[in-house]
Amino acid sequence: MNLMKNNATKTAKKLGLVAVAMFGFGYLMVPIYNVLCEVTGINGKTGQISQSEVKIEDVDPDRLVTVEFDTNVNPNLPWTFKAKKFKQRVRPGEIAEAIFIVKNESTNSVVGQAIPSVAPELASLFFNKTECFCFVNQTLAPGETKEMVVRYVVGSELPEKITTMTLSYTFFKASEDVATKTIIDQKKSIKNNG
Amino acid sequence: MSEAVIHDDHHDHKPSGIGRWLFSTNHKDIGTMYLVFALIMFFVGGAMSMVIRAELFQPGIQYVDPQFYNSMVTVHALVMIFGALMPAGVGLANWMVPLMIGAPDMALPRMNNMSFWILPFAFTLLLSTFFMQGGAPAGGWTMYPPLVLQLGDGFPYLVFAVHFLGISSIMGAINIIATVFNMRAPGMTFMRLPLFVWAWIITAFLLIAAMPVLAGGVTMLLTDKYFGTAFFDAAGGGDPVMFQHIFWFFGHPEVYILVLPSFGVISQIIPTFSRKPLFGYTSMVYATASIAFLSFFVWAHHMFTVGMPLTGELFFMYATMSIAVPTGVKIFNWMATMWRGSMTFETPMLFAIGVLFMFSIGGFSGLMMGITPVDFQYHDTYFIVAHFHYVIVPGIIFGIIGGIYFWLPKWTGNMYDEKLGKLHFWISTISVNVLFFPMHFIGLAGMPRRIPDYSVQFADWNSIISIGGFVFGASQLILVWVVIKCVRGGEKATDQVWEGAHGLEWTLPSPPPFHTFTTPPKVTDATAHS
Repeated sequence: MNLMKNNATKTAKKLGLVAVAMFGFGYLMVPIYNVLCEVTGINGKTGQISQSEVKIEDVDPDRLVTVEFDTNVNPNLPWTFKAKKFKQRVRPGEIAEAIFIVKNESTNSVVGQAIPSVAPELASLFFNKTECFCFVNQTLAPGETKEMVVRYVVGSELPEKITTMTLSYTFFKASEDVATKTIIDQKKSIKNNG
Repeated sequence: MSEAVIHDDHHDHKPSGIGRWLFSTNHKDIGTMYLVFALIMFFVGGAMSMVIRAELFQPGIQYVDPQFYNSMVTVHALVMIFGALMPAGVGLANWMVPLMIGAPDMALPRMNNMSFWILPFAFTLLLSTFFMQGGAPAGGWTMYPPLVLQLGDGFPYLVFAVHFLGISSIMGAINIIATVFNMRAPGMTFMRLPLFVWAWIITAFLLIAAMPVLAGGVTMLLTDKYFGTAFFDAAGGGDPVMFQHIFWFFGHPEVYILVLPSFGVISQIIPTFSRKPLFGYTSMVYATASIAFLSFFVWAHHMFTVGMPLTGELFFMYATMSIAVPTGVKIFNWMATMWRGSMTFETPMLFAIGVLFMFSIGGFSGLMMGITPVDFQYHDTYFIVAHFHYVIVPGIIFGIIGGIYFWLPKWTGNMYDEKLGKLHFWISTISVNVLFFPMHFIGLAGMPRRIPDYSVQFADWNSIISIGGFVFGASQLILVWVVIKCVRGGEKATDQVWEGAHGLEWTLPSPPPFHTFTTPPKVTDATAHS
């Protein structure tokens, strides 16, 4: 009887460890998900490169692709957000610049955070930004209007069949907690989200 | 050690009063408590579904406001899944697993007591949210962010209730595995285990692997809301779709956690009333294990419409289809068991055959939705509501009720009222089909789920569905009456109870004494179940 009990306790302990490990696995799904999204381009997560990495000789002079801009504002954020031009034609490999106009419609100073996404998914793998207003939190004073800039490169390895892509931004309200947190996380998440 | 000796001397000593139940370490008492708790929760969840059906009886808003309607839908699901189905399955396991393998009790009796008594606390947490600022959870039982994060003060209560329920079921699962692995009677080899025991070992492994993932997911929700993390918050670099992946990684195995014990029960019932050994015992064991294994690779079929890449949709579609193979093996084995058997149709057998027929209906509509392109039409309509209710009500609940009728004479020592049992079966079967079958039609016609109002074109079917619902709900009171009547008295049951019954549990007196198999029985091929 006692031997049986000891064995049972051993089995129970092992199974308890499995349960704890599976709890950990739940958390492990977060980085797995992010890596998977980055590798496959699901979610349209875009990349970031520094200006020095952009090579002039990569520019394909005979090819033009259309980049469309889509702007959204989360209902919690009292801002308006528009692209200055709704689309532009760019040469793959060349640094291009787009300007967005953001206005704080409220009477308070508000912090916002823009989250980008590129469609089609395949195109997002070749879409890199050198500079973007989405890299950091943006603060707008009451009624303030600001022009925000993104500089980006569409990789020259972009598959021939893609002639049009859409860069979409959604501006969210960065809450007090999230605002401090995003600054801390910025260095980390820039790698993933751009 | 000395305690154990004293305990053995006072063989039939039962603690008296409330202490017998509060501090019980006896698998039979704990099993009874689980079953009674499940029955109460079945009626609590059932009452909520009556509110839903009353509201949907006619188009327009009649009785409850939409927010409360959404709470009803959400809490109905949580109560039924975690309060009725899972505890009922664990209750049957507590009662029957030690008796079936010739063990004196569960391996870890103290833990057994705790895993039961956590449940009332967990449901107090969950149900108390009805009285809080912001009301009860109303964003669906799947708790998708960001909607679930808009819940008021009830939110942490929801999260902690899920934690407690998870801990309870994980402890229960660990106990069952520890019991079966260490406490089998001599000669009770793994391939001689009754299929109900096999079904529960596999279910227990699923529980241990899946429940902690849910616990992780809801913990992330909690920290997202209160501690500034951004796992699912797009503004902070998170992704709400990721919650769906985490949730369904738990959620799909959960489906099999619910259904496998019911499969186990009918694998006991069908051979008994066909008076033949179960056809294809070994293939049954492997089929059950394959279903459990595959269940971890199909989760994204719940989220075909979130915008997955084509490769992902194809993978999850084919993986989903593949589960039909081992499930088919089981269905055909049950049919082959009945083939040329000398069958009789007592109430447990009727319920088991009901499972076979109606679970298959749910299985087929599941296959339809497993096809990615058509799922875009069915997603979030009443078609899915029809599907999972066919699987859960006549598939799982009928299996559990069949098990209750099957073992009730063993538990109480009295035969139940067969006439009332049959009446219960027939009214339930007719009404459950009136209740759920038309949902296929209105679903295909485009009626969305989780909405308190609907377009007038669905009005006729909804009235019929509601009538079916009310009759089904009321007919479950017959079960309560049968159980009470049987506990109070009736024709004395023999040890074997059923003519075709084989297995260790049927060698014991009915009702079994408080402590059984203190000297382990010897099991040989002749006395083994299959």
